Amino acid sequence: MTNTDYIKFEFPSRSVNESFARAAVASFAARLDPTLEELADIKTAVSEAVTNCIVHAYPGVLGTIWLRARIIDESTFEITVRDTGVGIPDVKKAREPMYTTGGDDRSGMGFTIMESFMDKVKVRSVEGKGTSVTMTRRIVRRTSAV
Amino acid sequence: MKIYTAENDGFLKLSFTGELDHHGAKTAMKTIDGLIDDALPRNLIMDLSELNFMDSSGIALILRVSRRMSDIGGKAWVENPLGQPLRVLNASGIDRVVKVFEKAR
Repeated sequence: MTNTDYIKFEFPSRSVNESFARAAVASFAARLDPTLEELADIKTAVSEAVTNCIVHAYPGVLGTIWLRARIIDESTFEITVRDTGVGIPDVKKAREPMYTTGGDDRSGMGFTIMESFMDKVKVRSVEGKGTSVTMTRRIVRRTSAV
Repeated sequence: MKIYTAENDGFLKLSFTGELDHHGAKTAMKTIDGLIDDALPRNLIMDLSELNFMDSSGIALILRVSRRMSDIGGKAWVENPLGQPLRVLNASGIDRVVKVFEKAR
């Protein structure tokens, strides 16, 4: 695993932490020398995954959100966002555009946006146990590695 | 996130600044509901030119504002989205429901 570098952190599911999570991951991703657009895409995906934990995994209660970001082989950025919340009964349905259980405060577009801003999005969920979302995005090196 | 407003002849313009995420959207919707109640505009413009970041919570907010406006017999649309907010709008397909003008009308 010599070609892998990572950060890991956890935080309570307060909405005020959404911006912190985005900024922390973006700051780590910056060492891949991404374009501003690539960085914004990563921030967007983090925001969606973390918001899902806050709104859906821990509805009305505070829980812990675990986040890990990894740089694999100097060009692939991987983010895992994990909770031990209520879980998703039907992952396929949850990933459908416009599907939401969150009422009119939510658009049902969270997974759709994660999928369109990242290369791969993998969701594992067990009802009553929690959910883990792993997303990867290839960052093309514009300059040679230092 | 901050919202600046301008009101003129039945038009209410909301200018969003900073980052619009789930945290910001929670209070923004309450603020906007109050502004619509006070002004009862016929047309509502959501200007995103100063918005740096938005996620699907912003999409939900735009849809709610638009529904709210049609409930009172008015119209709402989005103007000047740039960069990341524009890409989120495009990915969401929201332009099938709410008009998005990449330049001010």
